[in-house]
Amino acid sequence: MSDPHAITRKIDRRHMQVSDEVAIQITSMNKWYGTFHVLRDIDMTVNRGERIVICGPSGSGKSTLIRCINRLEEHQSGQIVVDGTELSSDIKNIDKVRSEVGMVFQHFNLFPHLTIIENCTLAPIWVRKIPKKEAEETAMHFLEKVKIPEQAHKYPGQLSGGQQQRVAIARSLCMKPRIMLFDEPTSALDPEMIKEVLDTMIELAEEGMTMLCVTHEMGFAQAVANRVIFMDQGQIVEQNEPKEFFHNPQSDRTKLFLSQILGH
Amino acid sequence: MSGLHAQTAPFVRDTMLPPEPPPAMQSGVVKWLRENLFSGWLNTILTVLGFVIIALLVQKFLPWFLHSVWDAGSISECRAIIEERWGPGAEGACWAVIRERWPQFLYGFYPAELYWRPVLAFGLLLIAIGPILFTQSQRAATSFITLVAALTFVSILALGQHNVLALVFVAALVAVQVFAPRRLMIFTLLYPAVGFWLLWGGSVWIPVVAVLGFVLGWLAFRLIQPAGGSILGAIAAVLVPVFWWLFAARLAAGALQGVVPLGIEAVRSDRFGGFVLALTIGVTGIGFSLPMGIVLALGRRSDMLLVKTLCVGFIEFIRGVPLITLLFTASLLLNYFLPPGTNFDIILRVIIMVTLFSAAYIAEVIRGGLAALPRGQYEAADALGLDYWKAQRLIIMPQALKISIPGIVSSFIGLFKDTTLVIFVGLLDPLKGITDAVRASIEWKGAYWEPYLFVGAIFWIICFSMSRYSMYLERLLKREHR
Ligand SMILES: Nc1ncnc2c1ncn2[C@@H]1O[C@H](COP(=O)(O)OP(=O)(O)OP(=O)(O)O)[C@@H](O)[C@H]1O
Ligand SMILES: [Mg+2]
Repeated sequence: MSDPHAITRKIDRRHMQVSDEVAIQITSMNKWYGTFHVLRDIDMTVNRGERIVICGPSGSGKSTLIRCINRLEEHQSGQIVVDGTELSSDIKNIDKVRSEVGMVFQHFNLFPHLTIIENCTLAPIWVRKIPKKEAEETAMHFLEKVKIPEQAHKYPGQLSGGQQQRVAIARSLCMKPRIMLFDEPTSALDPEMIKEVLDTMIELAEEGMTMLCVTHEMGFAQAVANRVIFMDQGQIVEQNEPKEFFHNPQSDRTKLFLSQILGH
Repeated sequence: MSGLHAQTAPFVRDTMLPPEPPPAMQSGVVKWLRENLFSGWLNTILTVLGFVIIALLVQKFLPWFLHSVWDAGSISECRAIIEERWGPGAEGACWAVIRERWPQFLYGFYPAELYWRPVLAFGLLLIAIGPILFTQSQRAATSFITLVAALTFVSILALGQHNVLALVFVAALVAVQVFAPRRLMIFTLLYPAVGFWLLWGGSVWIPVVAVLGFVLGWLAFRLIQPAGGSILGAIAAVLVPVFWWLFAARLAAGALQGVVPLGIEAVRSDRFGGFVLALTIGVTGIGFSLPMGIVLALGRRSDMLLVKTLCVGFIEFIRGVPLITLLFTASLLLNYFLPPGTNFDIILRVIIMVTLFSAAYIAEVIRGGLAALPRGQYEAADALGLDYWKAQRLIIMPQALKISIPGIVSSFIGLFKDTTLVIFVGLLDPLKGITDAVRASIEWKGAYWEPYLFVGAIFWIICFSMSRYSMYLERLLKREHR
């Protein structure tokens, strides 16, 4: 497979266990933008510890799906239950889910007027009400994990794209989330920076984090994911474990997509 | 061997020549002139035309400035001196009018023996906003505050009205800034009451009970919010102070004054004029229109239809009406609606109208700043679990305000200049009200240019400082965040 970012390192699988406990349960969920039916009858169960990669052509609704999970988008029918909390218009539930679910965006969305450490401590201090000092210690811990503790007092604008995305990951982790959502975290990055972000994500997976990643990094999917979901036109067309998914795709649409993206 | 050498290197330089200066056409003044003033025939014509106009202006006005008279008792005396010194028909500036009447331009008809009070109020204002103006650098704030304090000292001493208490108070504030800078914010919050009291005077208990209203509101919020939620808490935080101010404050102030009579001489609003009036209206307007503009801008972008409609309606109404109309409304119409006998101060009414007017414009400026923020900022704030108000306060507003600084400061400058319009409701603004009042005396009848230039210059200094400050802030923020 000709993947420029093939994962060569050895993955430590000791903590990568999928439990029976359900983390996210989506049942017959539908969403419309006006009259446009973006998500159709989505049924999906994510167990704790799963690492799921979602792929599919542009406009297929991948972003919309994971943004529904922390209610950045509102669904119109069906049910989404995250960690036992059902998402409805009830603000309390939304806040509860958002404090459990971390999200990393394609364009990082760091706060440019705050330093790196302030970016990381803001939510713990104001949402979790953690004392500033403790929040700063936690933040430094995670900045060390993503390997940029020395940038803590710079502003986001002074960092490279890859560094910014790692800060964004650290910022999410500072809230100690139980689930992490990634929406194309590497697609705004230059090739040489993709690896450093993927490495950070792999380390996260190795620690047993429940992850949902929209990404076209198939090397990452093969190395880390326990399940790959293929979406097209708002539907989940096919899902399987990575090996089966890549070597034995079932539907024609999946085959077509894989042949395009893997450049056969 | 040597023959070969001779062939391949027919000439070898053995001495280095020093570099020559470039030809005159390529460097220095001549080059600059060529590039900037005479780069084409059109530019050449424009340059010549510009010089001609400047020359004409200088020729016309320079003698007027050069023939300045500072020492005279009246305009006719002035003219006599000019004629005597520079010959018949000579024109000259009679600055004597400023020299004699400058207090009136600054203080209006404020009692002369109380001039120290507006001076102190102005000095304290600058001290109070010092920490806000220079949030980024404590050293700059301290230098600024010390400088202002020194100038206030000198001014009050120069007036010969040295009020020891006032001087001690100013010194104490400088000490607070030096030793416990954060504490100075307490004074900043209290300043409106202090400034009000210094300017209008009267019982000290009036500003005290007014401030007490805010304290009561805060207490009400703290008591009700845990049990009844934020919305009930907010309603209580608004209603309790309003009731206090409307029904209880006056009685409380009266009672306290009866027990402990403390106060300074009261000054009526019709004694206000000149720059004391312009600054009172301008500064209060600026101080209140910014928070109000922020609330309106947020309301206009709100999802709640009622809030949004109210804000849009308000903003569009105010922006569709000239300020003069609002001022007339303040001075005439309000009298019909208010219960007879209520004495609703005219300056206060004007301040309210000016604030509303400026708030509408500032709201639009800030809305522009809000619209310029990428959606990702809202999404990141949401995803981190920040609620609406926290997201606005910590993420959105700091960035939107930063983008809006130039527009906001422009609005402030506009507001300050618009304070001259209060002449139309019978208040003595510095530009027309006071100059007319000065010319109304027999001695200075006919002094036109000098008073206008003097007042204009002061306006220019104030507005230019605001503009420079805005540029400083922009540069600072740009350097910090990029
Ligand atoms: N706010 C919106 N209003 C209307 N239509 C929208 C909106 N956001 C997304 N869409 C549409 O919904 C569809 C799904 O969008 P989505 O962003 O989920 O796609 P995606 O699978 O993430 O695509 P990509 O790989 O390009 O990011 C697209 O056709 C898009 O045009
Ligand atoms: Mg997308």
